[in-house]
Amino acid sequence: MLLECSGISKRFGGVHAVAEVDLAIAPQQVFGLIGPNGAGKTTLVNLISGHLRVDSGAIRFAGADVTGLAPHTLTARGIARTFQGVRLFKGLTALENVLVGGHARMHSDALRRLWPRGASDRSDRERAVQLLERLGLSRPDALAGGLAYGDQRRLEIARALASDPRLLILDEPAAGMNPAESARLRELMRALVTEGLTIVLIEHDVRLVMGTCERVAVLNFGRKIAEGTPPEIQASPAVREAYLGSEYAA
Amino acid sequence: MDALADFLRVYQTTVGVIGINALLALSVWLTLYAGQLTLGNAAFMAIGAYGSALLGMRMGVPFPLGLTLGALLAAALALPLGLAVFRLRGVYLAIATIGFGEVLRVVLLTVPFTGKALGLNGIPAITELWHIYLSLAVVAYVLWRVQGSTVGRAWAAIREDEIAAASQGIAIRRYKLAAFVAGAAIAAWAGGLSAHLNFSIEPGDFGFTRAVQILVFAVVGGTPSVAGPIVGATLLTALPEVLRPLKEYRDIFAGLILMGVIIYLPRGLVTLAELRKTRRLQEIGVADVA
Amino acid sequence: MAEQLYNAIFVGSIYALFAVGFALVFSVLDILNLAHPVVFMLGAFVALFFMSTFGLPAALAAVAAFAVTGMFGIFLDRVAFAPLRRRGAPPLSAMISSLGFAIVVIRLMELRYGPDLVSYPAGSLPQTVLQIGDARLDGLRLLIIGLAIVLMVGLTYVVRATQLGRDIRALAENPRAARLLGVDVDRAIAATFFISSGLGGVAGALLGFAYNAIYPQMGTPYELKAFTVMVVGGMGSLPGAVLGAYILGIGEIAALVFLPAELAELRDALAFGLLFLVLVIRPRGLLGHRVADRA
Ligand SMILES: Nc1ncnc2c1ncn2[C@@H]1O[C@H](COP(=O)(O)OP(=O)(O)OP(=O)(O)O)[C@@H](O)[C@H]1O
Ligand SMILES: [Mg+2]
Repeated sequence: MLLECSGISKRFGGVHAVAEVDLAIAPQQVFGLIGPNGAGKTTLVNLISGHLRVDSGAIRFAGADVTGLAPHTLTARGIARTFQGVRLFKGLTALENVLVGGHARMHSDALRRLWPRGASDRSDRERAVQLLERLGLSRPDALAGGLAYGDQRRLEIARALASDPRLLILDEPAAGMNPAESARLRELMRALVTEGLTIVLIEHDVRLVMGTCERVAVLNFGRKIAEGTPPEIQASPAVREAYLGSEYAA
Repeated sequence: MDALADFLRVYQTTVGVIGINALLALSVWLTLYAGQLTLGNAAFMAIGAYGSALLGMRMGVPFPLGLTLGALLAAALALPLGLAVFRLRGVYLAIATIGFGEVLRVVLLTVPFTGKALGLNGIPAITELWHIYLSLAVVAYVLWRVQGSTVGRAWAAIREDEIAAASQGIAIRRYKLAAFVAGAAIAAWAGGLSAHLNFSIEPGDFGFTRAVQILVFAVVGGTPSVAGPIVGATLLTALPEVLRPLKEYRDIFAGLILMGVIIYLPRGLVTLAELRKTRRLQEIGVADVA
Repeated sequence: MAEQLYNAIFVGSIYALFAVGFALVFSVLDILNLAHPVVFMLGAFVALFFMSTFGLPAALAAVAAFAVTGMFGIFLDRVAFAPLRRRGAPPLSAMISSLGFAIVVIRLMELRYGPDLVSYPAGSLPQTVLQIGDARLDGLRLLIIGLAIVLMVGLTYVVRATQLGRDIRALAENPRAARLLGVDVDRAIAATFFISSGLGGVAGALLGFAYNAIYPQMGTPYELKAFTVMVVGGMGSLPGAVLGAYILGIGEIAALVFLPAELAELRDALAFGLLFLVLVIRPRGLLGHRVADRA
């Protein structure tokens, strides 16, 4: 297993945002995480990426205990993420955003990087431009904050990929994308998985989740109420009631 | 050439002070560039000034060594101070560093060793213009290079969004501390140079007013690039000379310029050269410092 | 001893009046208004103007100081803060803008009155001495303490119990939501500045009366003290500012009484040491309820 969460919990005052969640994610797949609004999906991501500390429970990544490590350390270990609300460095260009995304990879080389010299700097830039192109972003020198919303979402994915992660967590990446864009996103995810990446996909668009993921887990009120393949999830009465029910009933 | 020599003779002090102020402005620019508003650099300047002057006068330590020790002392103090205050942000951080500066100033006022309110007099005038401008050139060049490096980009990322920066693998605390400590050392170096330019120093030279003045140099000049603080310090230091015909109205103009810049040119005077980009940044809502 | 305590309360009252206005603007708009000391100074000079030109008695001159500096506060907001607010600039910009404003006003006042001490017209200030036991207390200061307390009670009433106060609190909580709820945001901001600056102006006038010596830079020392007061009490908390003010006032006088003369200078370090410690150990201060990373 690449990522294992055992019994992790997080409370905010009286709210049990994440309660006793167990999760085991095998490498090289797209793993879906769904649930109604406020179910605790984003909180779970924040726990895994180190932005929040678990109240109890343990997280293992690539065979090592990573509970309580800081976000930047986890990034260096290979966990990258995007944010539900898009958190780009708005005043920097698209290219600079991606270069910053490569920080974890570059900083081991601190002395040389402190003093950028021709070759290595140029190869960083070339790599960054390639990443941008792969995500369909053609203007590396545009300010990130000035991009259209869908472009900002894709730029955030490019930035996350720049750290060469082993696990990529996408928090509602398709929000604000049109159908064509989200179809391209789906292809991209499949391609990345073939190249060896593992993806955790949080998404409200059920069709996108069901059509992309190998496995899906469902959260409701902080608890995991089901896990399985997309057909299993669609057939589960508990899920229907908690989540799909509200949408399918209409 | 003669004209230049004459000019330098007449304006020697002003020219020296401009260089020192530019160094100070760069010292606070470092933390501003990383999005942290600190007002402690007047205090670090004091540490460099008193440190190098006392080492030289009381113990006969040679000038370059005294300067270096003063800068190291400031850096050594900045490290624990930074660890303590960098949990704070925005105005809280600013106020905490003001508090530190005021405590230091009052201590200087009270301790006989530093000459109390009278300060130190008869400091040998060792500083030459080329000392100042060589320091400025080296500091500006190094900062310029670092700005374009991984480290500089990490600072910019922290300024734009700390949480997202942490997610890119940037050790936030460490980078903030590095900017703060390096800024302290530069300020102390400038302080040592200015002590040996001016013959005398006193605690009042390094108070709140001074801290604010240093910040104003950097902000008016502009924070996007290393050139900004240098331009700001040069203009604002030379301004009283330039505005001499305006006599007693010149401070009023300085105040108005300050307001005008922060309201209409939030990234500073240097961005006059790239007005379109500034407009764009304003539309996005990220044009402002810190 | 009684005299010292009396002075401590007097000093604390002035700090409180000064800091409450400072804290009000900070709590509502997140602005550190570095022009507040200027308003304080203007209050003293406005009172002087009304007393020497129109022969107004000190009490009425204080009222005039409140009204004029209050209006001046609205002007200050329009000039120094409103343009920045419109583009959503961060707190640092507002701080620097108010600093530029302060420099301009102080210099203008120095041009008009000179940088030196100015006194109120002879005989215009009441001079009574209260003899209690063997303590001789300045009667004027007692009046000032009383007035300060009345003003702060009045402020509490306005903020807590009136519609205007509710609007201001809604604005402090969340400007966008306040607007949606139908709060006239511009009016609430203007009121905030009127009250804040009015109180600052009165504080200046009262301090001027007590010392009978005013000068254009007289607000500057209070600015640094007000930082301490606000931080100790809890940034943005009005009761906290009052509490912090009296703690600082009493602490300073205590230092004066108990510290040996040659260390008297350390009195000021006490204030700033306190400031620094509170920020490092308990950034939200005594009565602050929000965490330190607001700003
Ligand atoms: N920082 C916080 N402080 C207090 N409560 C929080 C915090 N973050 C999340 N919560 C609460 O925890 C619960 C889970 O929130 P979370 O954002 O994880 O849900 P989500 O599944 O991501 O929802 P959505 O689909 O709307 O993004 C909610 O009730 C939310 O209000
Ligand atoms: Mg969410």
